[in-house]
Amino acid sequence: MAKILNIQNLKKSYSSGSKQLTVLENISFDIEENETFAIVGPSGSGKTTLLGLCAGLDQADSGSVELCGTLINDLSEDQRALLRNEKVGFVFQDFQLIPTLTALENVAVPLELRGDKSATKVGKELLEKVGLGDRFDHYPSQLSGGEQQRVALARAFSTKPDILFADEPTGNLDEETGKRVVELLMELNADSGTTLVIVTHDMELAKKTQRILRLKGGRVLETINA
Amino acid sequence: MPNQNSNFNKKANFNWLLKMAIRDGRASKKKLILFMASIVLGIAAVVSIQSFSNNLKDNIALQSKSLMGADYRIDMDNEPNERVQSIMDSLGSPDSEEISFASMAAFPGKKGTKLVRVRGIKGDFPLYGEMETEPVAAARNYLQNETALVDATLMLQLGIEVGDKIKIGEVTLPIGGSLKSVPGSAAIFSSIAPPVIIPHKFIEKTGLVQVGSRIGYNYYFKAEPSLNFEKFEEKIDPILDANDADLDTHKSTSERLGRRYENFGKFLNLVAFIALLLGCIGIASAIHIYIKEKLRSVAVLKCLGASRKQTFFIYLIQIAIIGLIGGIIGTSLGLVLQQLFPLILQDILPVNVEISFDLRTIFMGILLGILMSVLFALYPLMGTLYVSPLQALRVINNDGSKSTTAGILVLLGIFLFIFLFAFWLLEDWKYSVFFVLGIIITFSLLAGVANLFMKMIRKYFPSSWGFISRQSLLNLFRPQNQTLILVLAIGIGTFLISTLYFTKDLLLAQASLEEQAKSPNMILLDVQSEQQEQVAATIQANQFPVLENIPIVTMGVESLKGRSVNDIREDSTSTVNGWILQHEFRTTYRDSLIDSEVLEQGEWIGNKPANGPIPISVSDNFAKDAEVSIGDEVSFNVQGVLLNTVVGSVRTVDWSRMQLNFSVVFPSGVLEDAPQFRVLTTKVKDETGSAELQQALVSKFPNVTIIDLRQVLSLIEKILSKISWLINFIAFFSILTGIIVLIGAVRTSKYQRIRESVLLRTLGAKSDQILKILALEYFYLGFIGAFSGIILSLISSQLLGYFVFETSFIPSLIPFLILLPGIIILVMSIGLSNSLGVIKSPPLVVLRKELQ
Repeated sequence: MAKILNIQNLKKSYSSGSKQLTVLENISFDIEENETFAIVGPSGSGKTTLLGLCAGLDQADSGSVELCGTLINDLSEDQRALLRNEKVGFVFQDFQLIPTLTALENVAVPLELRGDKSATKVGKELLEKVGLGDRFDHYPSQLSGGEQQRVALARAFSTKPDILFADEPTGNLDEETGKRVVELLMELNADSGTTLVIVTHDMELAKKTQRILRLKGGRVLETINA
Repeated sequence: MPNQNSNFNKKANFNWLLKMAIRDGRASKKKLILFMASIVLGIAAVVSIQSFSNNLKDNIALQSKSLMGADYRIDMDNEPNERVQSIMDSLGSPDSEEISFASMAAFPGKKGTKLVRVRGIKGDFPLYGEMETEPVAAARNYLQNETALVDATLMLQLGIEVGDKIKIGEVTLPIGGSLKSVPGSAAIFSSIAPPVIIPHKFIEKTGLVQVGSRIGYNYYFKAEPSLNFEKFEEKIDPILDANDADLDTHKSTSERLGRRYENFGKFLNLVAFIALLLGCIGIASAIHIYIKEKLRSVAVLKCLGASRKQTFFIYLIQIAIIGLIGGIIGTSLGLVLQQLFPLILQDILPVNVEISFDLRTIFMGILLGILMSVLFALYPLMGTLYVSPLQALRVINNDGSKSTTAGILVLLGIFLFIFLFAFWLLEDWKYSVFFVLGIIITFSLLAGVANLFMKMIRKYFPSSWGFISRQSLLNLFRPQNQTLILVLAIGIGTFLISTLYFTKDLLLAQASLEEQAKSPNMILLDVQSEQQEQVAATIQANQFPVLENIPIVTMGVESLKGRSVNDIREDSTSTVNGWILQHEFRTTYRDSLIDSEVLEQGEWIGNKPANGPIPISVSDNFAKDAEVSIGDEVSFNVQGVLLNTVVGSVRTVDWSRMQLNFSVVFPSGVLEDAPQFRVLTTKVKDETGSAELQQALVSKFPNVTIIDLRQVLSLIEKILSKISWLINFIAFFSILTGIIVLIGAVRTSKYQRIRESVLLRTLGAKSDQILKILALEYFYLGFIGAFSGIILSLISSQLLGYFVFETSFIPSLIPFLILLPGIIILVMSIGLSNSLGVIKSPPLVVLRKELQ
């Protein structure tokens, strides 16, 4: 199978006062198409930083990131944005819906960015699919946490991305709601055949993926098959 | 690698950006309405003034012929000489003639006399436009019926009716009608000497046309439709000038008049523009906070694949739309408001202004709305360019990453725009630079005061004060505090209003000099030498003093430094000012300086020396315009007799004083035997005394003209009050804008204040303690802003007084006693009323509501 994400010798550090703080070092792994993959580790192990680098939201100090066949190290911010729009989907811990847009508009934005005329139609279908057919015109502030995350899922799948990054998708939800959201995520993922990368410290959730990468102190501890 | 250009432009095009801007704006309506309100008020102020000025200018141009009553006019102070007569004959003879002079008029059988402007008319004046009379037919029949037309207001004042009689000099005529308007005269300016129109043939019979009388001769012409007025003026005017006559065409006159009113309009427009600027600073500050709140959404959009440009343009378009809507509403409001101006100003305007909607102004208003809001929002908007998409994953602090170069460029753009706008209005780059500098200095001073105040508090923080006072001071430095913007807004508004009051003080201080103990308040002109003793006796018989008895000898300049006036006129390189060569100087002789004069150069010689040339004293403006200095020869023509003199001294003269001042003063012992008349001055006690004296004088000496200075003063006050109404009106806009900026600023920090209040209340603070903290905070803000505004205006008014009005003034206390506390109370009430709901509700309710 072809590799959709290939990470080689990744290093990332931040300056903290006068000191240089290394967050990630010597990270190498790859993910194949249609695979489901989890990155786990304790708080501060560098999970979210790694996700940001993989998705092209940030740039590494050294090493290479090849995403969907494109080496993204040397791309400009706008070129990376375009790549994200065409190939990548996101689900965030705190949902990150745009508060001034309705549920439907939030779902339609990625497609509209592509100039897709069917954005609204697809948006409606997806919202129906996540069980929010009657909440098209509600603003995020008028939805519960679980509902907001379902809108976020609909938005993430609206462009049929090649790869979907989910950052602690259940982190801000209670156990019951979290479970339902994960079921929905897996279901949507199975339907669309998208590669799924989940960042979490919840081993239960991680075990639902095919492979797990364990991070500790910014280094890869092990990669195990779930 | 994705091909950026081909995809991005095609995909999310302008329509999508527009859609996003509208969607986002729809949900932020409340915040945006407040920004818009600041634009609306500023634009309304600018548009109302600009549109009215344009309308006035257009109306003056449209009505130019009826303003003059003719196509062109030739006028002079003496009967036309042969050369002028032959020119007029060659132009096809005048269609109408007029002789005019000021004289006292009496009304037999009625009490009361009045200084009037007598206009003796022959022919069909006005050739354009019409005289409005009551009855209407009187304007047509007065020549035939040999009646007089008397100013309507005057008739009303004195209780005179059509059919009564008027006596001017030796002539008594029945009054055929009341005169409501004559082409070319603004109502207010004719209140000193209201017009009386009589048939030309009676002028001679009045016996008032004598040597020394100030008579105007006007000849009105109709022109061929094809006449090129500019070329005509170029050809004829110099010849007429050389013969002491003057040509005025309807075009040049209306242009001159238009310019005079336009200048005033421009001044007002700059004041209005300051209101707009103030609003824009409010916008910049509010957008700064607004965009900060949007940064997360921007990061999410970038995660979803939006480019830097796209996210930037979403908000830029949003601001431009607000500017557009604000511009449209502001322009409409301005167009409605300008309808008020003619009602207030009709007395001092020369034409009836018909308000029409001027497309130029509408376009300008809307464009100004968009440009100003975009320009002032650019710098805070640049924040969106530097947001990392990573912010969607975690909170990262990337403040201060904006490009300094871009910031400087935006600032330069703003100043350039202000300069260009000022230049467009003033058409003078120097003044425009001064305007921009003035704005920079005023704003920097106020900002400096605000910063200094905050630094001082930090440095000398009163730790010993009670909790409430300390907490309210601390609030001034809270993160995202609005101290600077509020001090600016309050300061500028106060500055404008109090400068207005101080300037009015300045003008009135100048005009009211006559109230001083010994200054005359009545001037008697045209007293013949042989009448002076009897006139003085009449004044004294009425228990009033004769304060001055000034001899006047009229003469013209014959030569300067040995060159004849004709030589100088023909020399095209000569820079001697024209009026020196033409003017009929009214000179006097005396042995000492008077209190409005200060010797500047040379030596004052009060009596004619036994030998040598006659030393005269000239005013500094005469010396400058005639290009003469001490020792230079000047010869005068005193009614046919040549008089050689040298400049013995140069005086500065305070012309603004309401008393007789002279360009040329002779020493005693030269002109005593020359043909002359006298000016006597007195000080009357009250209205009745004035009326009785006037009546006594008019019945005995019909040729004597009486000017009651108290009337002039009340006229000046009337004009000033009309003008200050306008300035007040514009300053009011600044204050209103300031209030909106204030509300905006309070609202922006509302959430933060609520959290603090709730926290304090949870910790046990009582409502009234929180209320006191807030009240004190607004008190500090109101006080610093208003106080610095007043102090700044005090400085600027002193400078104005020193450089422009050349007088010192004692500032009125109104700004300190009324404006300062008034503005502080206003700031406190706006601040508190916006927080009251928060203070009253229980903490939990507030938290839930606000966090939703």
